[in-house]
Amino acid sequence: MLIQERLGAPAGGAEGAVVVTVPVAQWQDVAGFAREALGCRYLSFLTAVDWKEEGLEVVARIENLDDNFSLTLKARLGPDQTRCPSLVAVYRGADWMERECYDMFGIRFDGHPDLRRILLPQDWDGHPLLKSYALDTPHPPYR
Amino acid sequence: MEVKAPVPRIPPLVWTEFKDLQEWEKYHQERPEGDQYSSLLESVAAGLHHVPGGFVLTTVADSFLNWARKSSVWPVTFGLACCAIEMMATFASRFDVERLGMVPWASPRHSDLMIISGTVTIKMAPMLKRIYDQMPDPKWAVSMGSCANSGGPFRHGYHVVKGVDRVIPVDVYVPGCPPPPESLLNGLLLLQEQIQHFKQTGRRAAPTAKTD
Repeated sequence: MLIQERLGAPAGGAEGAVVVTVPVAQWQDVAGFAREALGCRYLSFLTAVDWKEEGLEVVARIENLDDNFSLTLKARLGPDQTRCPSLVAVYRGADWMERECYDMFGIRFDGHPDLRRILLPQDWDGHPLLKSYALDTPHPPYR
Repeated sequence: MEVKAPVPRIPPLVWTEFKDLQEWEKYHQERPEGDQYSSLLESVAAGLHHVPGGFVLTTVADSFLNWARKSSVWPVTFGLACCAIEMMATFASRFDVERLGMVPWASPRHSDLMIISGTVTIKMAPMLKRIYDQMPDPKWAVSMGSCANSGGPFRHGYHVVKGVDRVIPVDVYVPGCPPPPESLLNGLLLLQEQIQHFKQTGRRAAPTAKTD
């Protein structure tokens, strides 16, 4: 109810797991609101989905461990968009999650303090979890 | 008084450290400067063949040297994934490879054999190559498990080297996922058999270039 009032967006999902889709511009504000007003102080994970022509979608799950309440935030970046505001200012734990997201999907998080690759080598070409990344992309000299 | 916990600082990875690999490889492909004894030994061995009955001496010396080599193969432990557990079991008292003269050693500089047990990722391959290059000749490599043989179940992943023989030359392939200690033991015995027939020292074949 509170979410609906505050965000003006319908919230769906099963009991105890609320899913909210927010515009990209509000991404940081909503996370801050959820942390302060809803008490969701724990960032469970932050990841992304590649919907091909419809563009990328960033997904974050934040939890209120005291009241057994979890909130799934989603934001569609839109076709061919790779920029998204960073959640590091709100959740410190989003740092490495966003680095992994950048590594695998190539999403540029604005305001991230240190956006480098985290898992793959620094000289890697491309972002392998994108649907457009071919499986047989060569990596000389070993493949 | 408030005691502040120290803020952990993670040092940045310096990737320029691995940029000298090409030079390293170039150095290892040709004989080092000032190596005067290898060619001397070779010419002595070649000269012996011209003496009547000289081949008996070289053959006996070869088989003695190879017996010595195969009786003290020290594997460097290069465990990468779950195969390493089976490798450890092979090293441990139940299967006990030490009775074959194999002492698992944690330094490549004292080792003759590298058991690559596990998935080799593209990120790990340069380090594997570097450790292999640090081993003194003559040296051997055993590829253990499906992942090291061909990429295994991760063959179609974006990050896996499709067979460790693209990085270093391999002498024995042990199949299995993971291979039980008996399999690895069988592979090690096969390797000993190979070493018994080892002829030329110090010359390694380059890894085979493969295309998909």
